[in-house]
Parts: sequence; structure tokens; C-alpha cells
Amino acid sequence: MKALDQKLRRDLWKMKGQALAIALVIASGVATFVMLIGTMHSLNVTRDRFYQDYRFGDVFAPLKRAPDSLAERIRELPGIAYVETRVVADVKLDIPNFSEPVTAKLVSIPDSGDPLLNRLYIRRGRSIDPAKDNEVIVSEAFAEAHRFSPGDRFGAVINGRRKRLVIAGTALSPEFVLQARPGAISPDYRRYAILWMGRTALGTAYNMDGAFNDLVATLEPGAVLDDVLLRLDDILDTYGGLGSYGRADQLSNRFLTEEFKQLQRSAEIFPTVFIAVAAFLLNVVISRTVSTQREQIAALKAFGYSNLAVGVHYIKLVMLIVLIGIAGGIAAGSRLGQGLANIYMEFYRFPFLLYELRLAAVLTAAMITAAAAIAGTVYAVRKAVLLPPAEAMRPEPPAQYRRTTIERLGLGRLLSQPTRIVFRNIERRPFKSLLTVTGISLACAIMIAGTFSKDAVDFMVDVQFRLSQREDMTVTFTDPVSRKALYELKGLQGVEHAEVFRSVPVRMRYEHRTYRTSIRGMDPGGHLHYLLDRQLTPLEPPPDGIVLTDYLGFLLGARPGDLLTIEVLEGERPVRQVPVVGLVNQYIGLMGYMDLSELNRLMREGHAVSGAYLAADQLYQADLYRTLVQMPRVAGTVVRQDEIRNFYDTQAEALLFFTYIASLLAGTIAFGVVYNSARISLAERSRELASLRVLGYTRAEISYIFLGELALFTLTSLPLGFLIGRGIAAYVAHAIESDLFRVPVVVEPRTYALAATVVLVSACLSGLIVRRKLDHLNLVAVLKTKE
Amino acid sequence: MKDSGTVSMRGKGEQETAVVFRTIGLTKVYTMGAVQVHALRGIDLELYAGELVVLLGPSGSGKSTLLNILGGLDTATGGTVFYRDTELTRATEKQLTDYRRFHVGFVFQFYNLIPSLTARENVAAVTEIAQAPMTPEEALGLVNLGERLDHFPSQLSGGEQQRVAIARAISKNPAVLLCDEPTGALDSETGVVVLEALDQVNRRLGTTTVIITHNADIAGMADRVIHLSNGLISEITRNIAKKSPQELHW
Repeated sequence: MKALDQKLRRDLWKMKGQALAIALVIASGVATFVMLIGTMHSLNVTRDRFYQDYRFGDVFAPLKRAPDSLAERIRELPGIAYVETRVVADVKLDIPNFSEPVTAKLVSIPDSGDPLLNRLYIRRGRSIDPAKDNEVIVSEAFAEAHRFSPGDRFGAVINGRRKRLVIAGTALSPEFVLQARPGAISPDYRRYAILWMGRTALGTAYNMDGAFNDLVATLEPGAVLDDVLLRLDDILDTYGGLGSYGRADQLSNRFLTEEFKQLQRSAEIFPTVFIAVAAFLLNVVISRTVSTQREQIAALKAFGYSNLAVGVHYIKLVMLIVLIGIAGGIAAGSRLGQGLANIYMEFYRFPFLLYELRLAAVLTAAMITAAAAIAGTVYAVRKAVLLPPAEAMRPEPPAQYRRTTIERLGLGRLLSQPTRIVFRNIERRPFKSLLTVTGISLACAIMIAGTFSKDAVDFMVDVQFRLSQREDMTVTFTDPVSRKALYELKGLQGVEHAEVFRSVPVRMRYEHRTYRTSIRGMDPGGHLHYLLDRQLTPLEPPPDGIVLTDYLGFLLGARPGDLLTIEVLEGERPVRQVPVVGLVNQYIGLMGYMDLSELNRLMREGHAVSGAYLAADQLYQADLYRTLVQMPRVAGTVVRQDEIRNFYDTQAEALLFFTYIASLLAGTIAFGVVYNSARISLAERSRELASLRVLGYTRAEISYIFLGELALFTLTSLPLGFLIGRGIAAYVAHAIESDLFRVPVVVEPRTYALAATVVLVSACLSGLIVRRKLDHLNLVAVLKTKE
Repeated sequence: MKDSGTVSMRGKGEQETAVVFRTIGLTKVYTMGAVQVHALRGIDLELYAGELVVLLGPSGSGKSTLLNILGGLDTATGGTVFYRDTELTRATEKQLTDYRRFHVGFVFQFYNLIPSLTARENVAAVTEIAQAPMTPEEALGLVNLGERLDHFPSQLSGGEQQRVAIARAISKNPAVLLCDEPTGALDSETGVVVLEALDQVNRRLGTTTVIITHNADIAGMADRVIHLSNGLISEITRNIAKKSPQELHW
């Protein structure tokens, strides 16, 4: 082995503690990168494969009722490849020993049990037996939530009639990867189910013999979606078509797309931030480490080693550390990635997970870190070799110290001698001090950016469910009904107050931009459901015109005063121009709000309502559910408390996992920075400290000088870290906003406190380790070497 | 060094009086903060092949500065330095590196061994990049350290460390050996052992050797003694009867 390589090996071993700390910083950066990019990539691959293998439809069209014979005409439309007609019914379920309201979407499958499109992946049991009219396949998530097995039974109210259903099997479908009730903010596996039933059985139960009310189709290659939708709507218009739409607007797929988009952005931002921070630290740490070898570099040069050879030697040393870090990061990242992907699998119902580590992601992470390390090394080696060797070998001239600002202000007498050393030392090398402080504050910032989402989600839920939606329950009717329904509801036992609303599915158009959503009409003067302005002050629904949620306004590019085109997607399907009169603050969901009578007028209908908000007495809630389940015209009931709990249940695990990982990585980085700063300072100053010891200073006193500086750095870096952390949080929040929800930039004191704690604990730990080294300073050896 | 091949080393006896170094009006000014230190104020000097020269002078007289400039470790402020036909004062970084690599051996007052390498490896670090070097074992044998090959610097005494440094310097068969206070950190007994090693190398290999010292007694072993004071040559003396290192006492 060449002598220099031997030196490399031994040097590495000697600085193993520091090397490990640096490797950990790199590993943290790389692990985040690999974890998130890997997870993202795997989820994408999995989704695409599932969609393809299970023939997910391209076009979806709900309608009132059309004869089966119409399918033939649709099949012949240009651009359409395959068509499958279905019967889809919203039903209420009666689950044994479960008092809360449960609703379900009942979807027909051919009696053969094998749909042409949106095919089912049967997980347990079997498909339906066409000879039995009460068999259903239930969605796996729902079956798991209620611990149902094939053979179990439950009740359902189909078209106002009760029916006992038997579970034949459980299944997954590309159509319901994200199984969320329309209008809900998160999947609810306990209170919302997807059921599949034979076409004949469901047709009979739902009065749809020889007819269909839903259609799925795939497109021929090259077909233009918009043209197909237009032709389809043309045909279905006569049959009560509710507006066909493409995959992009399909509920599960839209959720999935939006969530993946958010994940994708997180997967871009977090690793970038982490790896950038790791790279910065690496650069600083490496260049300082190389600087401490300045005399050896000079000696090598004196023997005739070229600058290049010296540079290569140190790059090799650094690359070894970097490689260890990268390898550790890839190993940890792919493990964590699988863990994260499995958590997402709970959320997104795919039958399988194709976990793939993308080579490009790994290489990118490796290259970024390697480049940062090399840059730091080259910088430091350059600085060292630019000095003529004679100068580099000369002991450094006594550093130029001067009285600190504090002392010049006349406050010097307040400081003890050791304290003066601490301050003078910091003032003498402001740039080095700044780098150390920046490094520690970046660790603190990462911690905040990684964990603030919990605060943001809490705030979001608080605004949405406590300030805006104050109702205890929301009841929706199967069809629009007259206002008289309000009195019926108010008469129920336990209902303290009720307010009606009208909800109309629409397509909004402004200039060339369109968005499919709904308009909600509300009575003025209500106090169960509030609109909020930017300052979160309640607003009345406008007497004329429409208000949009702020992000919808942003998406459409429409501002107050602009004239919006509204295409109603039900009933007569009128198209109207309505002025935008304002924007309201809403973090979850995108929609428009109008005055109820104004909306009725727009629909050219009487006083029709779609549902009601209820304030209910806690005592009677269970009874109230029962009653509502029995009411034939009530399509579903949503309980606010359940919504909140469910939101947390589904989000919590992923959130906690992420917080945990972020803390771990931020802690590692904090430790890496503080420990390395301390070790390098120790290398730079051990002579000075040993001299003080020889002069009679105690261990405690020199520890104070040394660790006091570190403590001062750490404390200074916290407020800076808070600021940077909040900045990154704001950037993250902005980058991941989507149709589904916007994340407010809220960082609670507890998050700052947690970040500070992680940094302080890391600092104390590395302080303790260095303290042990200080206690064992070899006084004689240190003093002997140089004059 | 236009080409390291053209500046080949010459054997002893072939041209006893060939000039190895020539300096003309050499000056060096250090700027330390606000203060300017004139380390060399105009040195005119010739050193000849195969001779052993002692640079004698008190601290701050400019000896180390002169040696470092001769060795290509430092740059001059004014004047010229020739190594044979090459003007070191106009050499590029690459030429200086080659010059140090192939022609000069250094011995420093504080040894400057690489602490993480054994004696053998410290020497190997130089022989690996030299042209036609000795083996590390040979070089260490020359300084009587043949049995301590695998010791780390921390396991060697000061004198032993300095002898490793000498072995390292001579192992490449350099044309010139430049030693900056080689005994400065050693007691006199150990110092003699180190000087013996240098003397032997000078005699056996014919290496032009320059030794810096502030110790006048050591001057006895030199062919010529160059006295420096305050950045100028004050006197050059020639020893008619060279003493062997054993005869030196201080």
C-alpha cells in the first residue's frame, strides 16, 4: 500500500468520531432524499400498474336513467373503445353494534362477477353468485375497519327498502383507491363503504331493470377527451345526464393525483433542504478539518508532492467519509422509504406495492453530497497549498486579538478573565463563528420545517371545524326537497337548531379556465355554518353574486367584480353568468357560496334544499342517528366530531412518522455540526488550553472557556434557526397547496420548543464528549512540540 | 527546470567546483500586520557541489529565510537565485514542485514527520515519488535506524525522529540537502549522532549539504562557514581542518 494511502487509513481511524459525525450528517441528507423520492416513485409505479392491469376507465358519466340499448349507440361514438353501463346507488347501511351513520356507494357489476372496466381485485372470499340476490363484495378497507369476513351480514336501505346483505368477498378497485365520501376531506373507512352487487340483483332492488344510471368508458388511443365528453353529454342529456368527466375529475383519482402532487413537492423540497444543509455543513466541516492539517500539507509539498497530489490525497480521505455516509443513507433511506410506503398503503388502497429504488435518485443524492464535499476539500487544500511551504510550516504568528466591543464600552470589568477569552475569541474570528452559528441554526430550522405540519393541520382543522363549520351534523337528502323538510328535522328529538342549504354541482368557467365543483346556497343570518374572511371574521352570504374560496379564485384567475360562467350539472342544466363579489378564506376544499334564494332563482326552481345543518343535544345523538338512518329521503348524515377524529386517524400515522424521521435527522445534523465544531476548535486550541492548565487553571475553568463559546454559539443560533425554520415552513406550505387543502403557515411555540430541545440536547451531548477529551489533555506533549 | 532530465546530478569529484546555488542581491521582506521585517537585505552567495556549508547566525539573522528560498519553499522579494542553470526566482509552481521532488532533501528543526505513518512509511512517502531513490530500509540503515522501521513517530525519541527525517531527506539521493537547525531540539549527545548522519551522507554520497545553526561549535564540521547577521553575510570562513562530529562539544 502506498505510504499516502496508509496515512489516509490511519488519519481516518484517528478522526473516526468526527468522521462518523460527518458521515451521519451525509447519511441523514441522503436518507431523506432516498426515502421520499423512493416512496414517491414506488407509489407512482404502483398506481400506474394497478390502473393499467385493472383497466381503470378514462371517462365517467352519471345520469338519471337510460335504457340498456343506449349503450350500443355510445359504443359507436368516435373515440370510445369500451363501454360498461352500471347501476350506482347511494345507500345507508345498518351495521350491527355500530350506532354511527354509515353510508355506502353500491355499484353494480355484471352477473358474471367480472367487470370489463374498473376490474376488481378480490382479496378475500370470492366474487358474487348470480343466483343469489343478496350477495355483495365489500371494499377491503371497510371490511377491515369492521372486521368483516366473507359470510358476515349487515343491513342496508336500498331505495327506501331494507335488505339483508351477505358478504361474498372483499375487494379493491382502481376506481376507489382513495375511498372518500364525496365532499369529505379524508377517507373514512368506518363510515363509508363501497359495495359491489350483481347487476340483476341491484337493478331489481333499485328499480333499474333494463336500465342504467352510470357509465364507464375507455378511450381509443389518440382520442380527444373533450370531444368525447361533448358527444357523450349530447346523447345523455335526454336521459338526465349529470355531466360526463374524465379521469382527472374522478374523485379517487383526483384525490390521489393531488396527494401525490403534494407528496412529490415534499419529496422535492425536504430532501433538497436536507441535502443542501448537509452539503453546507460538510463543506464547512471538511474545510476546517483540512485546515488543521496545514503543516502536514506543507511538509508533503516540501518533499515535492504537487498541489494536485495533495488535493487528491485529501479528496480521497473525504470521499471515504462521504461514501460511508452515502451508503448508510441509502440503506437507511430505502428502509425508511419502505416503511413510509407501507403507511401510505394503509391510506391508498392498492392491492400490491411495487417498491423500487430509483437509481437516478440515488445517484443524484450521491453526486450532490460528493460535489459539496469535494468543493469544501478543494477550497481548504487550495488555501493550504497557496501558502509557500516555509510559511505554512512556521508556527502561526500569535493571533491578533483586541479588546472586544463589550470591553471597549467599559463593561469589561463585569467579565471574568475566562469570559473575556470567550468573547475575544468569538470576535477575532467572526466568519468562523458565523459559519458555526449558521450550521447549528440550520439544524434547528430543519427540525421546525419537518414538524410544523402538525401545527398547521391543527390550525386548519380548528378553523374549518370550530370557526366555520359549527354544526354537529350535516344531513343530505336523496333529492332536492322543499323547505318544509326543515320543520320535520326540527321536530326530531334532540335537534336544537337546524339550517338548510342547497348544494348544486357546477362547472365554473372564467376566461379559458374551468373548474368542476359545487355551489352551496345558505340562508343569511345562520349561525351554524360561517363563511370567513382573511382575518377569520364571519361573513354573511352575499345578497347577490357569488363568493369563491380564495384558492378557487386563484385557480380560475377570477377576482371580485369579474363575471363567472356557471354551468349547472343537474336538472335543467342551465348556464348562467354570475358576478364574483368576494373571496372567502377556506383551507379545505374549493367551492362557491351564494345566498340560498339567489341560488334557487339561478336554478329556476322553487324553495328547494339539498340538506341541513343540525345542532344536536349530545344526549340524544345516538337516537338521532337511528332516526335519520330510517328516514327514506335522508341520503346520509355526517357527524362533525367523527370527521375530525377520522381526519386525525388517517393523517396521524403518516404525520407522526414524518415528524419522527425529521427529528431524528435534524438531531443527527445538529449533533454532527456541534460535535465537529467542538472537535475542530479543540484541535485548533488544545495548546492554548493546555497552557492555561499548566498555568494553574482547573479543568472546569478551561472547560468553561471552551464550552462557553460553544454554548454561546448554540444559544445564538436558536433564534436564527427559528427564523429560517419558519421561512422554510412558509415555502413548504406554499409549495404543497392543492385543490384538496392549503396548509396555513402556523408554527406553534411547542414546535419551536421541540426544535430548541433537540439542538440543545445534541449540543450538550457533544459538549460532554469533548469535555472528556479536555479532561485528558496531555499537558507535557502539547507544550513540547512547538516554540 | 525546463526539464528535470537536463539538470542531472553530477557525481562527486567530477566537477568539485561546479556552482550549485548562486544568489544575486537576494532580498526578502515580510509584512506582519503593520510591521515590515527585512529578513534578507541583499545576499550574494555561491555554493559548490559536494561541499558541506554551515549557515551560522543568531535568531532573526535571516538564515532560515535564505534556506527556504534556496529550497523553493519560499519566494524572494527581490534579487535572483540560480540552482545550476535554472533561475528559481522565476520558476513556476510546477517547476518548483519538480525541483523539490527530484533535487532537494529537507531536514526541519521540528522533524515534520507525518504522525500517522511509521518510520519506514514516512520515508516511503518520499521514495514513492522520487526518481531512482534508495529503498526506505537502506535510507534508515544509513542513519542507523534499521531496527526501528515500524515505529511510529510518537514511539521514537527526538533524535530518532530527526534521523528518520534525515533518512527521508536523503532517500531520494538529492543533489542538495538543506537542514534547518537539525539539532535545535536535541541535547548535545543526540545532536552529535544526527550530525554524524549528515556528515556521512555528505561524504558518502557527495550531497551538497547546507546546515543552519546558531551554534558556533557545529561550524567546525563544515567546509565553509557563512556568517549571517541582520539579513546580510558578515563573513565567510573556510575550515582548513574539518572536525568530525564526534569532536564537537557544546
